[in-house]
Amino acid sequence: MRLRSIAAAFGLLWLGFVGSAEAAKTHVAVAANFTEPAREIAARFREKTGHEAVLIFGASGAFFTQITHDAPFEVFLSADEERPRLAVEKGFAVPESRFTYAIGKLVLWSRVLDVTDGKATLSAGKFSKLAIANPNSAPYGAAAIETMKALGVFDALQRKLVRGSSISQAFQFVDTRNAELGFVALAQLHGVTAGTRWLVPEDLHSPIRQDAVLLKRGANDEASKAFLAFLKEPEVRTIIESFGYSIE
Amino acid sequence: METLLHLWPPVRLTLELATIGTLTLLVLATPLAWWLARSKRGWKEVIATIVSLPLVLPPTVLGFYVLIALGPDGPGGTIASLWGARTLAFTFQGLVIGCIVSALPVVVQPIRNAFAAIGDRPLEAAATLRASPWTAFWKVALPLASPGFLSGAVLGFSNIVGNFGVVLMIGGNIPGRTRVMSTAIFDYVETMQWREANILAGGMVVFAFVVILSMILIQKRYAMAGA
Repeated sequence: MRLRSIAAAFGLLWLGFVGSAEAAKTHVAVAANFTEPAREIAARFREKTGHEAVLIFGASGAFFTQITHDAPFEVFLSADEERPRLAVEKGFAVPESRFTYAIGKLVLWSRVLDVTDGKATLSAGKFSKLAIANPNSAPYGAAAIETMKALGVFDALQRKLVRGSSISQAFQFVDTRNAELGFVALAQLHGVTAGTRWLVPEDLHSPIRQDAVLLKRGANDEASKAFLAFLKEPEVRTIIESFGYSIE
Repeated sequence: METLLHLWPPVRLTLELATIGTLTLLVLATPLAWWLARSKRGWKEVIATIVSLPLVLPPTVLGFYVLIALGPDGPGGTIASLWGARTLAFTFQGLVIGCIVSALPVVVQPIRNAFAAIGDRPLEAAATLRASPWTAFWKVALPLASPGFLSGAVLGFSNIVGNFGVVLMIGGNIPGRTRVMSTAIFDYVETMQWREANILAGGMVVFAFVVILSMILIQKRYAMAGA
């Protein structure tokens, strides 16, 4: 008898958890580099609309794979424009919903060397390891490669490159000083005073457009549509810029 | 064919890493397991616990600590400075160290159990036959504990092959130097090269199946031989 009531209590508790998870919310897959601004935006979103945006952080590439396998996300904030475009093309996202929510800025950062004249540091090449994000999967990594090629130092530096699986890992390699310097996102240095930095001129690489898209799962969902619209509000654009992105 | 040529370097590197790692592990684990099995000191279980920590810690925690330990602020940086480098991260040696730390418990445990199962009797018998402790260890203890060594070696090898978290955190994914199978699969999935991912991942599944099956068969055989 007692056992049965305990089981019933657990059952109710479980249903409570499951039930609460199904309340009206939007699930947003957020590229790792946008973590901090996304948190702030989600907080404002809740204040303004009462809707809750549940944020899931990770690598855009992994998100894309999960989305094509029916992951429970309604909105996708990618670190690039390629994957949202593919998501639309393959029928996982709503075509007209795609737009660029932020343009990333690339920075050369070091806690060991003086990189304020980044071009000179790169040309001199007096270091053993230069961290970048994986250029095949991360747009910041591809932009870093383009920058080095534009400066004509890529061939000389190629052997010194270490690749983080994401831009967060490239940051970590530099932060722990395992790599003397590295290309990271300006947004990652928000609130960081350590080390020296060189903001890479934007004409050295193609723009790092980060696109957002409404996924098919959220096509008829009010909270999800509201969240995407909210990203275009002037107030939110100011937040995004304050974290080191530009806006078109 | 093109694809296979592309896939071979991470496979080869993984096998090299696992072979060197397993041999090093056996050398390190044997005295440690012997001491843990034979010592009468109470605090030895504290050491046993520390050795076992990697079983429970998330690979990211382990990888992060190893990254710091290998770097300029840690002992790894000191060692690397011997040949003028700054860090052991992003090197093959660094990977070996990281893999050894995470695989140590799965190697030590079966060897320790095997030593413990021998008991005092055979060693006392060897001593009465005037064998030195050293001879007794080599001629009596080691052969009797051989199933434990076999289990430890197989488990250690497969643990290294399957290592992802630590390798990802300290490797830097350099082709031919630190890009192993598990990180290559991760890469292929990230970059939507699912065919390549499938081939490597399928290979891993077959490998894991063979390892576990052979472990079961080994244990069965020794159990029968012992009976």
